[in-house]
Amino acid sequence: MRSTQWAVIGGGIVGAAIAYGLARAGEKPLLLDEGDVAHRAARGNLGNVWVQGKGAALPPYADLSRRAANDWAAFAEELEKVTDIDVHFRRPGAFFLCFSPEELEKRGAMMARLNDAATVKSRFEVLEGDELRRRLPAAGPALAGAIFSPDDGTANPLRLLRALIQGTVALGGEYLPCRRAENITFTGNGVEIATAMGSVRAERVVLAAGLGNARLAPLLGLDAPVRPVRGQILVTEKVRPFLDCGTNFVRQTVEGGCVFGESSEEAGFDEGTTLPVLRETAARAVAAFPLLRHVQVVRAWGALRIMSPDGAPIYQQTQDGRAFLVSVHSGVTLSSFHAGPLVETLMGEGFSTPAYHPFSPERFHVQAA
Amino acid sequence: MFRRLETGARGRVTVNVDGRPVEMEEGANLAAALLEAGFSPFRTTPASGAPREPYCMMGVCFDCLAIVDNVPNRQTCLERVRAGMTVEIQDGAAAVAKAEEEL
Repeated sequence: MRSTQWAVIGGGIVGAAIAYGLARAGEKPLLLDEGDVAHRAARGNLGNVWVQGKGAALPPYADLSRRAANDWAAFAEELEKVTDIDVHFRRPGAFFLCFSPEELEKRGAMMARLNDAATVKSRFEVLEGDELRRRLPAAGPALAGAIFSPDDGTANPLRLLRALIQGTVALGGEYLPCRRAENITFTGNGVEIATAMGSVRAERVVLAAGLGNARLAPLLGLDAPVRPVRGQILVTEKVRPFLDCGTNFVRQTVEGGCVFGESSEEAGFDEGTTLPVLRETAARAVAAFPLLRHVQVVRAWGALRIMSPDGAPIYQQTQDGRAFLVSVHSGVTLSSFHAGPLVETLMGEGFSTPAYHPFSPERFHVQAA
Repeated sequence: MFRRLETGARGRVTVNVDGRPVEMEEGANLAAALLEAGFSPFRTTPASGAPREPYCMMGVCFDCLAIVDNVPNRQTCLERVRAGMTVEIQDGAAAVAKAEEEL
């Protein structure tokens, strides 16, 4: 039986970032992953390093996202040094596109309230339609305006996932695919994780299995009330650069393809696409950027977000510090945080420290509030 | 290198390939006809500029892209030869020229 000090369950961006951070700190983590067929938010998402509007209902989440975005440039540089992989991080700022003056006003007011409540301040501007089109010439007449924040960025999630796993291995960790955690039990001083390819014993385990955390958490007395929320995304042929900034639902990759999507559906574990949603998504993308009308879509897919009841992260641990739980839907943005400060916390005082109290799942227990 | 299995069944038409007239069999697979005509490369990649030619010939690999009748990034293996069509090399990422004119 394999045995190790740290096991991380889940080889998506969240688990791989934590394993990478542990390896960087000198540990020899085992990163247990499923096979090719798995729900992979890491491979399905848009690739925004996004700050705008996050934490509107939970200001500590705003602070977390803002710190993570501020740390991203150094994180991307370090990943490239370790792995030779450029994760295409750019931070030219991003526009939240609004189709009506009411939406623009409401969004602007929300951003102002959020900034008052947050400790880490974020810059933003409210741009009327004409000013938006002056700054972003490809923007169409259907747009009433946008909120611009220079604190938002973009990255390539596929390159990020590869860099995190490669980096974990380069720094002394191990990546073990085809090891879906079937069962986890407390044993001796640690835990035992049963997989179809044998069991693994670890002194400490981090659950970062995305939607799988809902099933695994109760095995260890933890609580991950996460549900799948489907998003549908389309990607176009590669075209010459016209959009160097991010937006809330259209991103042009460094290679030139445009990725767009913003749908949010309760569809269970169905990762499929539906014509009405794809049609609406394409229509809004073309309304925002009329030149997309001439651009061919080459692929579309559905992917499942890992959504908590309030959309904010869940961080929790067992009292004895043997098992930790990390459930977030914002794995790209928070990856710099997960690899850095969060790993320090795991190896140090744990999630019982006050900074993590707002992210305990106890906030969902009405009786306890 | 390429040998036609059926011959003479269809008429010959003229296709404009990178500015020069080329005779092809009407209705033939465009990628195959272009290979026969010595058209090379079909495209260069947006990522590295490497030259590319048809690989899978069945609509999957996207390596046979060319500009067909002024529409960029067409999969030539999924097109048939028509009289008067134009084919140009797809050099890197497509321009979105029509839209840029409107702006």
